[in-house]
Amino acid sequence: MSAPVAETVPGTASGQGPRIGVVTFPGSLDDHDAQRAVTLAGGQAVPLWHGDTSLGGVDAVVLPGGFSYGDYLRAGAIARFSAIMDAVIDAAKGGLPVLGICNGFQVLCESHLLPGALVRNDHQKFICRDQKLRVENTSTSWTSQFEQGEEIVIPLKNGEGGFIAPEHVLDELEQSGRVVFRYLDVNPNGSRRDIAGVTNERGNVVGLMPHPEHAVEPGYGPDTRAGVRMGVDGQRIFTSAIAALVGS
Amino acid sequence: MGRVIVEVMPKPEILDPQGKAIATGLGRLGFTGFTGARQGKRFELEVDGPVTQEVLDAAAEAATQLLSNPVIEDVVSIRDASAEHSAQQVGQV
Repeated sequence: MSAPVAETVPGTASGQGPRIGVVTFPGSLDDHDAQRAVTLAGGQAVPLWHGDTSLGGVDAVVLPGGFSYGDYLRAGAIARFSAIMDAVIDAAKGGLPVLGICNGFQVLCESHLLPGALVRNDHQKFICRDQKLRVENTSTSWTSQFEQGEEIVIPLKNGEGGFIAPEHVLDELEQSGRVVFRYLDVNPNGSRRDIAGVTNERGNVVGLMPHPEHAVEPGYGPDTRAGVRMGVDGQRIFTSAIAALVGS
Repeated sequence: MGRVIVEVMPKPEILDPQGKAIATGLGRLGFTGFTGARQGKRFELEVDGPVTQEVLDAAAEAATQLLSNPVIEDVVSIRDASAEHSAQQVGQV
């Protein structure tokens, strides 16, 4: 299939900075938002198409939110077998920074790049809210610009966001510091041990249910004490990766 | 043409919100005798020839790799549909 939608969002093209690929699957919704977040953070957003077999030499990859393949079978289950995922899995195992947001997190779990699975919210409803999180691991490719234990607020919107894994896997994640983000105040979806995001052993692959790409520009983020929609806590997820790439 | 039936259920220890919603709905409709409900998935895989052991083995492989997620689901049945069909017909008579 050709790539009719895999184009850079008008006005977000930039000439410099690390090249960060954003994969568009059929049913991806937040691919353009992720491209915009990359550009605002100082990177070059490179649109990638699910049918591509190459990553085109990008320096990092974002798997965006949405409902790839209509969430058929299980959320992320069909996307995991799309052509580009072979390249993403190979590159991730080689250390390429990979971020999965919401549906992207589900794809990473289905790909076994991250442990566990995401199941339907325990309260059976879709939920959309500004969510408080605690950053628990600042040594991943995507969290180096946060303070350990820092509390942030970014939007959350999911129907199948309950993180689940066998107890011994949860214990191992806790002991090895691989819980990256934890829900604070409210557990919005029944996730085990309030887990909102995890990383792989190497720290280059991070998946989280909330949407940092929706909190990157004043006027378009969550409400904060600074004002309505002024929250930009999501931006440092992208600047963390970009800073590491520039420095390397 | 042969058909293989694969059935997948959420693991017993995993909360099944869909089943819970169904159980609530049953109670509301007056089906008070059902104390619980769980929802799974049934797949029908078609093949050109008869359902041989080889076909069943391939279905088992597909069930593990794609049709189920072993973290949250169990494959509870893989069987030839033709056997089931005749059983249903007997039941209708």
